[in-house]
Amino acid sequence: MTMLTTDLKRLGEVKAPAGFAGRLLAHVGMADSYARFETVLGAVYVAWNRQGVSGAARSASAAEFEAWFRKDVGRQLVAADAPPDLAAKIEDELEGRRRLRFDLRGLTPFEQAVLRKTREIPRGETRPYGWVAREIGRPAAVRAVGTALANNPIPYFIPCHRVVRTDGHIGNYGGGGPEAKRAILSMEGVRVAHLQELARAGFRYQGVKTTKVFCFPTCHTGRHALEKNIVWLRDEASARAAGFRPCKVCRPAAVA
Amino acid sequence: MEGTERMFERMVHEHQHRVFALGLALTGNRHDAEEVAQDTFLRAYRALVTYPPDRIRELKQKPWLHRIALNVVRNRVRGVRPRLVELNGSEPDHSPGPEAGALLKAEMDALAVRVAGLPPRYREAVVLRHVQELSYEEAADALGQPVGTVKSNVHRGLQLLRGGNDDHADD
Repeated sequence: MTMLTTDLKRLGEVKAPAGFAGRLLAHVGMADSYARFETVLGAVYVAWNRQGVSGAARSASAAEFEAWFRKDVGRQLVAADAPPDLAAKIEDELEGRRRLRFDLRGLTPFEQAVLRKTREIPRGETRPYGWVAREIGRPAAVRAVGTALANNPIPYFIPCHRVVRTDGHIGNYGGGGPEAKRAILSMEGVRVAHLQELARAGFRYQGVKTTKVFCFPTCHTGRHALEKNIVWLRDEASARAAGFRPCKVCRPAAVA
Repeated sequence: MEGTERMFERMVHEHQHRVFALGLALTGNRHDAEEVAQDTFLRAYRALVTYPPDRIRELKQKPWLHRIALNVVRNRVRGVRPRLVELNGSEPDHSPGPEAGALLKAEMDALAVRVAGLPPRYREAVVLRHVQELSYEEAADALGQPVGTVKSNVHRGLQLLRGGNDDHADD
């Protein structure tokens, strides 16, 4: 080997610039971009691609978020500058104005249905797991709904924290455990302690005597009822027996 | 489809450095080298999604990517001599390893400029054989030329680099 051919060989060992592969994969739509956003919930890492937002987590570090996304969503992540309007959209979304599009392609049709239904739950309200199951036409799949919500790749934005157990337990939460779930619900205006007291006492619905309508306790339609007109109801049968019909907005039972 | 994407992702990770080095030696600067490498993989991707599975399985990735990269460079250059100016520090190199040393990097860049200054037929032959270390058969295959032609072009190219590089240093 001469000096020249040795040098040429070394030229062949030059490395591509850092991040080359990631940028390339993002370009063909095989990697998602991500950035860290300061929000009302603190720092949240958010991933996105051309379809929409594809993942979110309050990870401790960028590396942790990348590893989680790779494992959970199955694509690579590339750190990027956020599109100019994304921070504002994220802020709006967390304040209850729906402005984001989501990419749920990697999920099963059932999981997608669960998450889409969950997104309909207004800020400041909660629904039981069984409600989601019934609303998507799979009333027996309550546990599967729980699993789908536990695997929600876009917590906070798809508000799986608003789905709770009917027995008063706040339920598990993939976005940071039951404490985080309670904190986020409180921040959104849910009276969590009150809700749990009711559930423990066996009351699941609020009836309003003047309208003869029963609702989930957090439903906004029943919020302005006078205290003296409110009755607490244990189940659908006793509510109907007492002459109440289910609210058409929060749909605590199938509306006939 | 999913299989093709996974396969492409592996291909990018496995061959990115080789294709970038090829681009550097053929164009003489890192900026163009990155563009060449990117175009090469994008063309490869567009081709792969149209290939039936058995064609993908049988694909010899390394010579295939070399052929694509050569075409990318030829189409860019279109008879125009490659730029001999280095874009100074246009792309910070964070990669570890021996070439991270600034001195060595400058040395490699200077060598790339010299190689890129060779006439195309010698440049391509020398780069495939000595930078990319393809066998003569592989290089001949990638270039679509007889082995004998490649051998003589490599020989002439090395000669020019050894003695004739003054012809190009002042361009």
